[in-house]
Amino acid sequence: MSRWSNSEPLRSSMSVYGPVVKIHPVVLASIGDSYERRNEGASRVIGTLLGTIDKHSVEVTNCFSVPHNESEDEVAVDMEFAKNMYELHKRVSPSEVIVGWYATGFEITEHSVLIHEYYSREATNPIHLTMDTALQSGKMNIRAYLSAQMGVLGKTVGVMFTPLSVKYKYYDTERIGIDLLERTRDAPNTTNGLTSDLCQVGGAAGRVQDMLATVLTYIEDVLSGKQTADNSVGRYLMDLVNKVPKITAEDFETMLNSNINDLLMVTYLSNLTQAQIALNEKIVVL
Amino acid sequence: MATRKETPSTPTAPMASTSPGATLDSPVKQIQIEGLVVLKMIKHYQEEGQGSEVVQGVLLGLVVEDRLEITNCFPFPQHTEDDADFDEVQYQMEMMRSLRHVNIDHLHVGWYQSTYYGSFVSRALLDSQFSYQHAIEESVVLIYDPIKTAQGSLSLKAYRLTPKLMEICKEKDFSAEGLKKALIGFEHMFEEVPIVIENSHLINVLMWELEEKCTVADKHELLNLSSSNHLEKSLQLLMDRVDDMSQDIVKYNTYSRNLSKQQQQKHQYIQRRQQENAQRQTRGETPLPEEDVSKMFKPPQPPPRMDTLLIAGQINNYCQNVKEFTSQNLGKLFMAEALQGHNS
Repeated sequence: MSRWSNSEPLRSSMSVYGPVVKIHPVVLASIGDSYERRNEGASRVIGTLLGTIDKHSVEVTNCFSVPHNESEDEVAVDMEFAKNMYELHKRVSPSEVIVGWYATGFEITEHSVLIHEYYSREATNPIHLTMDTALQSGKMNIRAYLSAQMGVLGKTVGVMFTPLSVKYKYYDTERIGIDLLERTRDAPNTTNGLTSDLCQVGGAAGRVQDMLATVLTYIEDVLSGKQTADNSVGRYLMDLVNKVPKITAEDFETMLNSNINDLLMVTYLSNLTQAQIALNEKIVVL
Repeated sequence: MATRKETPSTPTAPMASTSPGATLDSPVKQIQIEGLVVLKMIKHYQEEGQGSEVVQGVLLGLVVEDRLEITNCFPFPQHTEDDADFDEVQYQMEMMRSLRHVNIDHLHVGWYQSTYYGSFVSRALLDSQFSYQHAIEESVVLIYDPIKTAQGSLSLKAYRLTPKLMEICKEKDFSAEGLKKALIGFEHMFEEVPIVIENSHLINVLMWELEEKCTVADKHELLNLSSSNHLEKSLQLLMDRVDDMSQDIVKYNTYSRNLSKQQQQKHQYIQRRQQENAQRQTRGETPLPEEDVSKMFKPPQPPPRMDTLLIAGQINNYCQNVKEFTSQNLGKLFMAEALQGHNS
C-alpha cells in the first residue's frame, strides 16, 4: 500500500472536496494535553474524535486519547479501550458519534493508513486530523484529511488523504473562556485571578479604547496623506459614529436617573437583607 | 511537568502533603486550574445543560504543597433513571481506570457543578461536599455560573466547607445547641479558595495560533447595557428565599413561645403539688406521690437549625451577586453618560 503525504504547494491551489471540518478549542487543548502525557518512547499520540455530522460539515466537539504502540514495522491499537471509552462518553452526551481520529506529528505515515482503515469500520468516512505538537515547522499545522481510493483498479491500489478546510467554531461561553486563557498566556507565570466586578468592566473598556486608538491613528494617517482613504473603511466609520443614539439631553437625563435609581434601590435592599439575616442569626444564637 | 510523569501506585492512596500543625486554616490555599478543565466544563454545560437543572462532573488532579492542581475532569451523565446510583459508581470507576491508561491523573480531588443564577447552597451540595472532604481532605467544589459567564466574564468559584462545619456534619448534631456550641454563622459555612488558571507552554502556543487563525470578532458582552432581565430573575429568586426564611422564623417563634408556655405550666403544676402536699401534711394525711413531671409535659420538638443556616447562606450569596451586578451596571451607565455628553 502506498501513501501520499501532503506537500505544501499542492495544498494551496487544490480545491477541497468533502465536508468542512469545524473544530472546537476543547478538542485541540485535549490533544495537546495528551501529547504532553504520552508514554516514554512514544513519538506520537492517537485518539478518537467525537462529534456530530451535518450535511456539509462535520463538527468535532470532543475527543479522547487511545493507547497504542508503534514500532518500525507494526502498530497496535488498543481497540477494546477505544470502544469502552466511547460507550462511557455516550452515556454523557448521547448525540456524539465517532467522526474520525487524530494523530500528533507532522506527516502521515504508513501506520496511519492502517489505523485509518480501522476507523473506517467504526464510522462512515472518518476524518483524520493531524496536529504538529512538536512544532517542526514552527507552527502547529492543524490539518484534516479524508481518505480516498486511488490507483488503477485491479493493479496497484492506494489510499490518498485529501485535505479538508478546517474552521474553528466556538460557543459564546467558549469564546469568553478562550479570551480568559489568552490573557493568562501573556503573563508568563500564570496568574490570573478571575478579577472582580468593576475591574472587568474597566478591562473591557480599556480594550475598546485600544481599538478606538488604532482607528484614530488610521484616520490621522489618511488625513495627513500617509495612507490612501479606503471607501469601505469610511463607510464602517460612519456606521460607528452613527451608532451612538441621538437622544435629547433631558430624555437622556431622565433615563439615566431612573436606571441609576433602580440599581441603587436594589443595592440598598440587598444590603438591608444581609443585615437582617445577620441580626436574625445573632438573636437566635442568643 | 515532573509531577505529572509520576504515576502513583494505587488510586486510593490518601493524599499526602497536608502540612503538619494546625497553624493553617485549611490545607488548600490556592487552586490551580488548567485551561483544558475550564473548556471542558463550559462545553459540558453548553451541550447538556440547557434548561435542565445542574450538570455535574468530577475533577481530577493532584496536591502540590498547599496548592490543589486540577488537571482534568470528566462529566457525569444526567440522572435519568431511578437506579442510576449503581451506574454512577461503576461509570466513575471505569472512567478513572481508562484515564489511568493514558497517563491522566486519576486522583479524585473534587467535583464541579453548574448553577442557576447563583443558587447552589443546598442540603444536597452540603452532603456531597462533606462526603468528599471527609474522604479526601483537600477536595473542593467548583461552581460554574454559565449565565454570568455568558454576560462577559468567566464566573468560576471554588468552595470548601470550613472545619467547624465539618465537625458539625460529623456529629450530625444539627440542633440549636450544637450550632451554638460551634458558633457557626452563615458566613462561616463555606470558605472560598482563590483560583489561578495556568496553562502549559504547548497550550499557550495553541492559543496564539487560534488567535491568529480565528476571525471571530471579539464579543463585548460585558459592555452590554441591558440589565433588567437578569436583575428581575435574581430578585425573584431572592424573594423566594426570603419568604422561606420568614416562614422559618415564624416556626422558630412559635416553638419558643410553646416552650416558654410549657415551662410556665410545669412550674404552676409543681407549685400546686407542693401546696397540696403542705395542706395534706397539716391535715395529717399521706402526701401525694411525686409524679414524674417531665413525662406529663413533653417538651416540643425544636425545629432543625440547619435549614435556616442554609437559607441564610443562600440569601447572602444572592445579595453578593446582585451587588456585584449593580456595581458593574452603574459603571457602564456612567460610561454611557460620558459618551452622550460628548455628542450633545
